[in-house]
Formats: sequence, structure tokens, C-alpha cells
Amino acid sequence: MGTPRTLFDKIWSAHAIVEREDGSTLLHVDRHLIHDVAGVIIGELAERGLPVRRPDRTFAVPDHYAPTTGRAGPDPLSASPHAGHIRALEAGARETGMTLFALDDIRQGIVHVIGPEQGITQPGTVLVCGDSHTATHGALGALAFGIGASEIAHVLATQALWQKKPRTMRVTIDGALAPGVQSKDVILALIGKIGAAGGTGHVIEYAGSLIRSLSVEARLTICNMSIEAGARAGMISPDETTFAYLEGRPFAPKGEHWEAALAHWRRLPTDEGARFDRELTLDASSIAPMVTWGTSPEAALPITGRVPDPAEVADRERRTDMVHALEYMGLTPGTRLDAIAIDRVFIGSCTNSRIEDLRAAARVVDGRRSVVPAMVVPGSGLVKAQAEAEGLDRIFRDAGFEWRDAGCSMCVGMNGDLVASGERCASTSNRNFVGRQGRGARTHLVSPTMAAAAAVTGRLTDVRRLLQGGA
Amino acid sequence: MEPFRTLSAVAAPLPSANVDTDQIIPARFLWKARRDGFADTLFSDLRSGRDGGTFVLDRPEFAHARILVAERNFGCGSSREHAVWALWDGGIRAVVAPSFGDIFYNNALKNGLLPVVLPPERVAALLEILSARPGSIVTIDLAAQTVTGPDGHADRFEIDPLRKECLLEGLDDIDLTLRYRDRMEAFEREHDRRHPWL
Ligand code: SF4
Repeated sequence: MGTPRTLFDKIWSAHAIVEREDGSTLLHVDRHLIHDVAGVIIGELAERGLPVRRPDRTFAVPDHYAPTTGRAGPDPLSASPHAGHIRALEAGARETGMTLFALDDIRQGIVHVIGPEQGITQPGTVLVCGDSHTATHGALGALAFGIGASEIAHVLATQALWQKKPRTMRVTIDGALAPGVQSKDVILALIGKIGAAGGTGHVIEYAGSLIRSLSVEARLTICNMSIEAGARAGMISPDETTFAYLEGRPFAPKGEHWEAALAHWRRLPTDEGARFDRELTLDASSIAPMVTWGTSPEAALPITGRVPDPAEVADRERRTDMVHALEYMGLTPGTRLDAIAIDRVFIGSCTNSRIEDLRAAARVVDGRRSVVPAMVVPGSGLVKAQAEAEGLDRIFRDAGFEWRDAGCSMCVGMNGDLVASGERCASTSNRNFVGRQGRGARTHLVSPTMAAAAAVTGRLTDVRRLLQGGA
Repeated sequence: MEPFRTLSAVAAPLPSANVDTDQIIPARFLWKARRDGFADTLFSDLRSGRDGGTFVLDRPEFAHARILVAERNFGCGSSREHAVWALWDGGIRAVVAPSFGDIFYNNALKNGLLPVVLPPERVAALLEILSARPGSIVTIDLAAQTVTGPDGHADRFEIDPLRKECLLEGLDDIDLTLRYRDRMEAFEREHDRRHPWL
């Protein structure tokens, strides 16, 4: 056997077409996912006289501009100011022969939810999409990263991409999670620890006994927010959990191809003794339910904490940032985090809109009522249908939640689902930046159960208190 | 793509860290097409005068700024290329900072906008001079890889040679890659044969 290699190294070297002396590598792309923001690019490429090189490797779905209400009507886009983007994507995909999950297709949903759900995302592949949360797909053992608009055009035209080899970092998380703690808390705790630029220039592989014990859905949540830690991508070595998840999915290999793929996938995990440029560890049992108080995901603290005081920060630049963040968030230092009243709750986004997320939130909501406006936006039409088959929609509706159609929705507000200026929202999404959910909107990032707890109490709440005695 | 060679222009100081792409262009403007232009949406939420003051690019001394100098982690956050387009359409051709968000950095290069990494203490010094003497000129020479401040102090910066070549010649990425067409096709045939399930 040669030198031990990481999952990342194996995928990278199997996809390198050209390596220039300066370190730029032309990487072959196995899976290219595109969404409605990129719809116009297909047309722009055609204007330059360039064909789509591999429509059979390209998958299109509208999500960012997708309306989340009124979809059952005859023309769901009639009221949408952004209908043009969705139509451009759908028309471009049809003309070029890509696989399309159109707005009226039950398989439509957030691009990072449907890739794994359909079995399009597979171990050992290079997968790209014009969206930074493409890191999500790494949970299945793919090398998946976000690209910009000119790179989308480049991949459409060439099915390849120029990349500089990133550094590698392994985050080993051992131990078990305490009751009421979810994988969202794990990634928020990690970002809180290493900072929003802590992973810059690196691809993170998550390892350790906790990761091994997690479902694929929980792993997707962790990889999803790798980008919030500054990393280029997040990945997890594929294992039996991964294979069981993929088997039988529509785009997963079938029959003898399944056997061949499986044999290939089993050789992918990071070898014992492989070297990473950086190693970090985290103790799972020490993680509490987390919440962000500021305007960067690194502003994450256990719900048992208090709003921090800039006066206690020595670094001038950090202190100024903190003062601005607190001013924007309308918070006073020293306030208990669980005393912060909220105005609205959003359960959705590619971080936390899969069926397990909805089940976990519904368990907290069941038999209670939301005291603030709240909505659930399932990650795909299939997640929605599954939730309805399990009666989760009834639990949410009975508690006063809105039950919407699939899309990005209030994660980014591009379809018009916005948080009003000055409003405070407990959100299961991934970004709490200034203006992210709407101008002047104040976002607190939380797990699905913590969002549910916030809805039924009207303030940020330690979900463990609601779970005691109950479920 | 417009080539980038040397640039002598007014530099505007933006003494904030973590200026993310949502600040550079809020998501609600992303629906516009590239050709519509994004100049009017650049830093839209900051321009409303959050602190009661005037945003730096709205001050008359900086009306012709072509260079922006900011603190660490400029362009972090969402991968939207619109952030680069908004800066470009707003007249900015180079950003100097101690560090950048990865994706922003790459997007900038692909669009002819030069991101320059200088050590934090040099950025701090530049910020001080630019704030004390608003409207002063900074010169960036890409071929020589230098930034010269209003004080005459020149700093060298690093840039990937391939990127440098593309910027100097105004070559777009697709033009460059299609030079490798034969190798790409051969690779693909072999790759597809070995992974028939894809
Ligand atoms: S849900 Fe949010 S983070 Fe995910 S793809 Fe949509 S806009 Fe991006």
C-alpha cells in the first residue's frame, strides 16, 4: 500500500485533468447543480455560441425565487415579480436537455436538499453549484463546493473547473450529544470556537465517534455550515450509514452498477495515518443548545449564557464589530439569552428543512401553541409530502404555524418571504448577517427544536426545559 | 474581460472587518440581470446613513474612488458574484485588505477586479493616511506586484501567476480552458468508463 491518503486527496487526484506548474488544477466535474439565480447564465452562454457540454451531468431546480404559497393555483408565478428567473431556468434546462425539477414537480425543493434526496449526490464525486452552501453535499463523501457566476458558465461550457488545491483540516468530534442537543448545535459550537474565518483556505473533514453515530440528515446540517466557518467545503468519509441512505434513491446506481459503485465507495474513506494540515477536536458531550446573538455566525453561545460585553474585549477591531452588532441586534450586554423576546420563527433552509428536522420540531410543538407568527418551509415537495403522511403538518397548523411549499424562502428572502425591519426572528437557517432576512431584520440562528421552543414561549428558550417531563 | 495593468486612483478607506457580501449588495437586488448594472445597489444598506453619517463613497472627496481599502475578511459570506459586479459597476477596480473571503477573492479575479492582500499593519497605516488626507492617490502596478501609498511607501503583494496573466491580458477563463480541449476529452472518456454508474 502507498502512503495513507485522505478522502479529499483521493477525490482530488481522481479528478485532476491538468495541473499547471503554478498549482492551478483543472478538475473534472461529475455533478453540476444549478438553480434559478443562475437561469440567465444558460442564455448568456448560448449568446456566446457555446453549447452546454454535459447536460447529462447537469441538474436544475428553482428554489431561491420559488413562491412558498399559492403554488396549487393555475399560474403560481402570476404574482411573482421574479417569475422571469424561474422561467429562464426551466426553459434553458429543457432546451439543453438537463434534468429539471420544475416548480410544479413534487421533487422540486432547495437544491442542497434534493441532491442527496434524489441520490444525485454520491460518494467520491466532485459536485459544484453556484451557491456557497454546496458544502452540504460533502456529508455523503463528495467533494462539493460553491462557485460563482462566471464559474457556472465555465462548468456549463467545459464540465471542468480551475481550482487551487485547498489545505485540509480534520475536526474530530467524539462522544455523545446530551438530550435536546442537535447537529446544528455542534456546528454552531465549532464556529463559535474557531471563528467565521477559522477554516479559511481549508476543506474540513468531520470525523470521530459522534459523526459516525449521526444520520446522513444530521451530517448534512454540519457540512452545510462549513462555509460559515470559512471553509471551502466540508466532508465526511462515507460508511454503511451513507450507503444505506443512498440505496434505492432515484439517481443512485442500480443492479450491477450498485455493486461496482459500492466497491469503489468503500475505498474512499480517509486511510488510517493520513495527514491533515490541521487537526482539531471537539467534545460532543460538552455541547449545549446554541444560539447566536450577533451578526456573524461566530457570535454563537450556549442558551444558558448572556449577551457578551464589548467592554471586556481587548482587541479594538473586535470591540467595534461587537458594538455594531449589538446595536443592530438591539441587545444590551449582560442580558440573559433566554430572556430575549422574539417576534417570529422560521423553520426551513438547506440547513434544517429535512424530514428529521421537521419531526424534531414537531415533537416540541405538539400540544402547544405558537405565540408569535411562525412558519415551516419544507426543503422539498417530497419532504412536505412525507411530513403530511406522518401528520406533522397537522401538529404545526394546530399550533398556529404556517405550512408552506418548498424553497429557500426566509433564509434569504429573495422570493419576498421577509422579516420586517427591527423584527427579531429565531431561524433555523445558516446566516445572521446584517440584512440577510430583510433590511433591519434581526436573526438568531438556532436548531429546529430550539426554534420550536422559541415559537411556543415567545422568547429564546432552552429547549431542554420543555423536553423535561414531556418527550 | 477588461485587462488590468496599472491603476493610479483615489482610494477610499473602509475601516471595518468582515464586510460581507450581503453588505456589499443585499440579496434583494440579486434578481437584476448582469447587463442592467448594479452601481446603485452597492453598499445599499450602509448608504442610508446607519450611524447618522455619510458613507465613505458618498463623500465628494471619494466620488472618483477606484480603490477600496478595508480590514480583514473582506467579501466573506454568500458566494454571490454580484458583490464583485456591484463594486465593478460602482467604479471600484481593486480592493486592498489583510484577507478576503475565499470565494469573493476568486470571483474578483475572474471579473478583472484585483484583490490585494497586504499585511494588517500596512493596511492599518494606509487606512490612517487615507482618512487623514481624503482623496489621496494610491498606485497599483500589477506587473510589478506593488502597491504604492500616498506616502510613497511601496509594498509588494502576491498573486497567482495564472491569474496575473489572465488579468494582464484580459483573458477570460473559458478561453483559457478550451486550449486544453484534447486532454479534457481524453480524461472524460476514461473517467466515464471507470465510473459507469455516474
Ligand atoms: S436555503 Fe438559504 S442558504 Fe440554502 S441555498 Fe437557499 S438561500 Fe442558500
